[in-house]
Amino acid sequence: MVRVTDEVRRLRRRFQERGEESQIWDAVLLARHTSRPYTLDYVGGLFSDFYELHGDRAFADDPAIVAGIGTYHGRPVVCVGNQKGRDTVEERIRRNFGMARPEGYRKAIRAFELADRLGFPVLTFVDTPGAYPGVGAEERGQAGMIASSILAMARLEVPVIATVIGEGGSGGALALAVGDRVLMQENAIYSVISPEGCASILWKDAAQARKAAYAFRPTAASCLDLGVIDAVVAEPSGGAHKDHERAIRLVDVAISAALDEVLALAPRDRRLARRAKFRRMGVWGTAEPDTTASGLAAER
Amino acid sequence: MAEISVNIQRDGDDPRPTTARKDPNTCPTCRSHYRADELVALLRVCRQCGHHFVVGARERIAQLCDPGSFVEHAADLRSADPLAFIDLKAYADRLTDAELATGLGDAITVGVGTIGGSPTALAVMDFGFLGGSMGSVVGEKLAVASDLAVARGVPLIAVAASGGARMQENILALMQMAKTVMAIDQLRDARLPFISVCTHPTTGGVIASFAALGDVTLAEPDALMSFAGPRVVQDTTKERLPDDFGRSHANLRLGHVDAVVPRSELAATLARLLRLFAGSIPEPVVPAPPRAAPPSLGQRLASLFRRGASRG
Ligand SMILES: [Zn+2]
Repeated sequence: MVRVTDEVRRLRRRFQERGEESQIWDAVLLARHTSRPYTLDYVGGLFSDFYELHGDRAFADDPAIVAGIGTYHGRPVVCVGNQKGRDTVEERIRRNFGMARPEGYRKAIRAFELADRLGFPVLTFVDTPGAYPGVGAEERGQAGMIASSILAMARLEVPVIATVIGEGGSGGALALAVGDRVLMQENAIYSVISPEGCASILWKDAAQARKAAYAFRPTAASCLDLGVIDAVVAEPSGGAHKDHERAIRLVDVAISAALDEVLALAPRDRRLARRAKFRRMGVWGTAEPDTTASGLAAER
Repeated sequence: MAEISVNIQRDGDDPRPTTARKDPNTCPTCRSHYRADELVALLRVCRQCGHHFVVGARERIAQLCDPGSFVEHAADLRSADPLAFIDLKAYADRLTDAELATGLGDAITVGVGTIGGSPTALAVMDFGFLGGSMGSVVGEKLAVASDLAVARGVPLIAVAASGGARMQENILALMQMAKTVMAIDQLRDARLPFISVCTHPTTGGVIASFAALGDVTLAEPDALMSFAGPRVVQDTTKERLPDDFGRSHANLRLGHVDAVVPRSELAATLARLLRLFAGSIPEPVVPAPPRAAPPSLGQRLASLFRRGASRG
């Protein structure tokens, strides 16, 4: 019925070879490991100086997103990332488990626009289960702010390097991940919905999360196959939480290389190239001429 | 264009009564029953209570466009299932069933046409096709609609009806949010306006991407327009949800849409906006009544004074 290319067939085969259910679930657990380095750990390790900005200038400061100006290998950059809380319950709650509200995205947009004005590259770190699904967040325009953050990133003429360092959950993650280069750590995950959310909708049972993860494979290797990310960043053996310093050094090497590539482009070319890159994303076929809906109906 | 009957299949997170699942011609709010042709003639709005039924893409295009003016583009694109995705049912089977039920290749139909004589590019979603979910084909076709607008120098109108991103395409579906936002950005570069029409439901990845970026955003009465569905919000936060959570009139009150437009007025409203954007003077739809002589300054001051005095 649908004419698909050899490329699609190759992708389907790759997915079937992409590890066992247990291996894929291990990546989900590692991506969520509470000792994994978070955005502020990378900020501390990568920048010789960093000044954090606070507040969206409209309503509040959202601690689930950090934004600021830093010095990266002697160069001024703007950094924005999702931030989960660590150690205490209070801190985890204060950071809202990394789930941003509209104010967080508005702060991010403010930082992106500053970077563009001053010509500073943007580095983002993506690590969130998703945008916060609260009544207030919805009333204050969660959907519109996610769309606006994606648009703000799309319009930047400065280099944008996004790195998925843990959970890349849904639109709340994509809102910080529209990069010229998108990097993803070996054990990070990136998906349209959490495995639990997918399971509760398609299997009608959140407990089927392992099955859902296996079916949609949110792993770095799969994202690379599908052309969604540009490179997989290796982690210390056993996962990034085993050796923060080494994990940060590996991310540093990958970001530096990506940044050098993108710095070589002219500013306006960067924006158009970014648009062309995302335009290519997606896989589809075409209808066989004789099997349109009416033809299919006749067949049965 | 051939009329088709659309089987309404609700895959989404719809908290409303589900009578419509059993009989698409019975009003879920007041239980009035309609013949199929009667409902089409009523634009699928309940005569008794004003409930707006879901409208399929082809029927919506027939409601909005001048007869015979719509030319479809990219009709041959089909989802390709690169993940070979299977949940309780194979995605490939879901796609075949949806195509048979709706007669559509995917959850969006795009093309060019005229509304009230003004040319426009049009992208219309169909909730009957896998809950209007956005996967690779929906994203590409929305981008094609933007290309059509730019090539012809006309505005783009998108009519959204979607539960959000298509989970069966996972990360590729998520990327369509960026792709469609960039399609709107392309219109902005070309200085062309984008009109977003949100119908029930417009949620998840669709309301958080192109549908949120209208230069003018219209919504149908009682359409659900939220990023997270009411059930997800309820389960996550244990908060008590307002009765009108995410509904279009709440979105109007909160400043997220420009107007809530009943379906009977949608085509005329779009025609008027297209004329305004084209810079021409809109022709009055109804002849204006003869105007009374404007009140004199003295009369106006007197009425102000009276109002002031009555407030004490
Ligand atoms: Zn009714």
